[in-house]
This record gives sequence, C-alpha cells and structure tokens, in this order.
Amino acid sequence: MWRDHVTEISIFTALFLLVSVMGFIASRWRAPKDMAHLDEWGLGGRNFGGWITWFLIGGDLYTAYTFVAVPALVFGAGAMGFFAVPYTVVIYPMVFLVLCRLWSVSHRHGFVTPADFVRSRFDSPVLALLVAITGIVATMPYIALQLVGIEAVLKAMGVTGETSLARHLPIIIAFAILAAYTYQSGLRAPALIAFVKDALIYVVILAAVLYLPYKLGGWGEIFDAADAKFAASPNPNDGILLNANNQVQYVTLAFGSALALFLYPHSITGVLASRNRDVIKRNMSALPAYSVLLGLIALLGFMAIAADVQPLPGATAGTVDNNTIVPVLFDQQFPSWFTGVAYAAIGIGALVPAAIMSIAAANLFTRNIYKEYLRRDATPAQEAKVSKLTSLVVKIGAVACIVFLDPQFSIDLQLIGGVIILQTLPAVALGLYTRWFHRGALIAGWAVGMSLGMWMLYQVSSPTRSHFGGSAFPLERFGFDTTMTIYAGFVAVLANLLVAAALTLVLRTAQVADGGDRTSPDDYFADEGDPRVSLGDRRGVDAAPESVAGASAG
Amino acid sequence: MATPEPKTPAAAKTRAKDKSPWNWLLFVPVVVPLIPAFYNSDSPRVLGFPRFYWLQLAYILLGVAVTTLVYQLTKRRGDR
Repeated sequence: MWRDHVTEISIFTALFLLVSVMGFIASRWRAPKDMAHLDEWGLGGRNFGGWITWFLIGGDLYTAYTFVAVPALVFGAGAMGFFAVPYTVVIYPMVFLVLCRLWSVSHRHGFVTPADFVRSRFDSPVLALLVAITGIVATMPYIALQLVGIEAVLKAMGVTGETSLARHLPIIIAFAILAAYTYQSGLRAPALIAFVKDALIYVVILAAVLYLPYKLGGWGEIFDAADAKFAASPNPNDGILLNANNQVQYVTLAFGSALALFLYPHSITGVLASRNRDVIKRNMSALPAYSVLLGLIALLGFMAIAADVQPLPGATAGTVDNNTIVPVLFDQQFPSWFTGVAYAAIGIGALVPAAIMSIAAANLFTRNIYKEYLRRDATPAQEAKVSKLTSLVVKIGAVACIVFLDPQFSIDLQLIGGVIILQTLPAVALGLYTRWFHRGALIAGWAVGMSLGMWMLYQVSSPTRSHFGGSAFPLERFGFDTTMTIYAGFVAVLANLLVAAALTLVLRTAQVADGGDRTSPDDYFADEGDPRVSLGDRRGVDAAPESVAGASAG
Repeated sequence: MATPEPKTPAAAKTRAKDKSPWNWLLFVPVVVPLIPAFYNSDSPRVLGFPRFYWLQLAYILLGVAVTTLVYQLTKRRGDR
C-alpha cells in the first residue's frame, strides 16, 4: 500500500519537481544566441567542456534501466550479469581514437547524426537512410525501458492502480513534464539535470556498499550466500563464477555490447556536443568512474540474495519481476527518507537518458528522413522545429509501448536493438578509418547481419519462453558438438563484415560504380577553432545539388 | 561563447596528426578483460571478494591508467 511509503513518495516527488524546474531553466543556461538551430537545440551549442560532458555522457550511457536490470541479472544468474564490468572497461580504450575522428569530421562538416556522416562519406542516401532507421528502431525501445526503471520504483512504493491507466498515470505525468522541458531546452535540459542525477546516484550507491555489507555480515558472507543459492538452483548456468558453457557468451557479450554502445545515436549525440577533441580524450579516462559505480550496483544483486529479498510479482499472474529487487532491498534495509532519495535517483536517472535518446532519434528523423526525402531546402529553423516536434512524438510512442503492450515486449525489442545497432558498425565505425568498402556491399552486409541476428534471437529459448529468450545463442545450432553459447549480435556482425568485404571485392572487380567521398583525410583531425568550419553557414550536410528523392523542392 | 575564436591556419595544421606508437598500448585494457582464464576463480579472496569480482573491478583502474598515459604521452606541446 502506498500509505506505508508516504516519506519515500514525498522525497521522490520533491526531487522530481526540483529537476523539472531545472529542465525548464536549462533553456537559458549557457545562453544561446538563437535556439532555432539544430546545433543549439540538439547538440547544446556543440560547446560542452570536460565536466558537463562527463556528467552528460555518464548520465546518458549508465541509465536507470541499467541500474535496475544489471543487479536483477546478477540476482538471477550470478557471474554472467557481471559482464557489464568488462563491457564498460574495454569500451573506452577501444573508442578513444575513433570518437575523436568522428568528432573532427562532424565538426568540420556540421554533421549532427551518424547517418549524416555515412551520407557524405559513402555518397549514399540509401545507406544513410538504413543507418538512420536502424538507429531510430534501436533507440525507441531503449526509451521505453527507462519507464520500466521508473515503474520498478513506483511498484516498490506501492503506487499501483486497479486499471492499466491508473497504474500508469504517474509515468504518463512524468513523461509529459519531461517532454515539455526537452521541447523547450533541448540537450541543455538533460545536461543540467545530469548533475543532480549523478550526485544522487553516487551518494546512494556509496552509502549502500559501505552500510549494507556491514549489516549483512561482510562481503565474504554475501558471496557465500549467493554461492549457496546458485548451488541449490536447478539451472546449470548460474553461479558466482562462469562455467565452461557460458565463458564465450560472457566475453562476446561484453565485447559486442562495447562495440554497439557508441553506435547508438544517443551516445554519439553526447560526444558531438563536446567542445573539442581534448574533452573527449580526457573523458575516456574519467568515464570509468561510472563503471566502478556500475560494478558496485551489480553486486547489489548478491546483497539482495544475502538479505533474502523476494522480488515483487510481475505483470502476469505467477511471474516475479526481478527488476524490483533493488528497490525492495533499499526499502527493507534503509530508513524511509534515504530510500526516497535512492528511488528519486533511479527515477531521475531515467529522465536524463530518455531525454537524450529522444533528441537523438528526433535528430535522425529530421536530418536523414525529413531533410533528405521530404524537404530538401529546410532552413535550420525548420530543422530545429521538426526535431522538437519529433521528440514529442517519440516520447508518446515510448509511453504507449509501456501502457498498451506487455513491458516484456520492450525488453525484447531492446535486446534486438543491441544486435541491430551493431550492424551499422562497418559503415559508421570502420567508415571513419577507411573508404575501402563499396557502398553496395555495405548495404548487403547490413541486410545479411540484420536477418541473421533476428533469426538467431528468435531461436533462443529460455525456461519461460520459446523465442527471444535472451541473446545467448547455442552453438550446437550451427552444427558444433558443444553446449557453449555465444552472443548473437557478435556472430551477426561478423557475417555482416564478411559479406561487406567479399562483395566489395566482387563489385570492384566488376567495376560497379561506387559513390564518391565528400570528406578529405585531414577532416578527421580537425579540432576546435578549425579555420575550415564555416560558422556563418552551418547548414549541415554538404548541400547536395542532385536530388535522389526526385524533385522535392518546395 | 557558442562560436569559438578562429585560430590561424598554422595553429590548426600542427594538430593534423594523430598517429603515435603509444596508441598501441590501448590494446592492453581491451584484450585483458576479455580473457576469463585470468579471473574466473574464487581464490584468492580480497576483503571477501572472490578473484572474479575484485580483479575485474581492478581492470577498471588498468583502463584508466592506460588511457590517461596515452593521452599524456601523445598530447602535443602547447596543447592544453
């Protein structure tokens, strides 16, 4: 019952209102001369320094859903859920140089989205469209999942209702407010709110990892309790260590997820909003602070086992919702005022990435669909207007997903999202280094990777479901005599690369026309203050004289 | 604030290179955390943490150390 949680609800609401006010004030923060430009609304003026970028990207990548789902995975499966740590360790050294190249070329050409880059690099509106659609489709369920994070908290506070609409009313209100200030302030809103979100999260988690082990008898006891639980469970693949079957899955999932992370449009939005290359490089050393946090949060899953936390019931009768274990753990172990702060941290933690993701998806639509196919002569002011409106549509779509569909559907889609966004790797990430691939081959590779990835995910069963049961594909399906599993996205992107490479050789031999390259080698090293950036006319993608969509002027 | 002061073309040109042998160091924190044989064991425990957990958390420090080192070593004179 919610009456038992009045303190928590009050603190949660107060902090939520505080950040809402900040979200609206953010439009005047670092005052832009003219907000009616995508560089201002969608990229915060491309002028964020080291600290803001750190909070912004940290708030962007380490989402509320991550903070809820990773400990839930550790609670349910043990060591496998800890993949989040190697995942977030390998990512930064891996993208250290790649992101600098992306920033430079985008800075000089005024690119706002990864598809803008692909459009110019490979002279292919079709490939750019595929990258844009992939990005939008992969991002949408991610936004919906942020709502799952808020819902887990609301459920733990006893805020439930009889009807579907009553149950969802709080998140509908929350998202309406979020939509309003994102519309007004653009990327400045999540950048400013991220300070509050991360301060709350750091305080809560540090308190939790110092206090809870003391209360539960020490770290040794916590790990022993988890070990005992997994030893008693019938599932052969859980445990506090990996076994022979899931090591390949662990490594490929960590590596594949790391490859995918900075292909997501919202990550790229955070990177492009930074002021110069130096800010990005310094952040690659500073962002791992969040990985420490994530590692400690993951271990909350074991603390929940040691504290004998029982997850709350799921959406359908007879199921449990493991995503509620962290909220329930806090409710059991901490005084209610502190639990309120913790819940607010998770709730606000959902708003920051949801705002950035909706901005990123809106930018993709505006730049790579609206401007490319619907209105070629759109002015910067019109672009900003369309992007703002699209961000509203995206949020309504996310809320509708949660209200009208089983949340499990969003979780499935997010699983698929990670696999499909990986299929833009050859065009976006390798494209930053080489123009060797033929644009036709990249399109074919994308199609093969997408199909294979979807097929593999469809084949994965879990104890409760026959399809889309996870991302761990059993290798015996490929005819190998083994019980090992592998991350489906990893196999799909390998197939994608093989097809793209092989077909490039074929198309080059057959002398099939390939597009040009509108970027030059030194574009990839340009830095702040570059003389070739024309700031007077930031019209974006090199105004292409030839129209692919036919006559669309007017 | 939104429009940075343009610098002279020469100043921008000096930065127009990104290659350094030190960059190869970045492979270390990418490869090491992906070898479970290093950490997939309970003993030795440190502060109650099995090796699987404390060693992987320690890899975060490895990542920070290497990226910081490469950044400092490849930073050009006169840069911030």
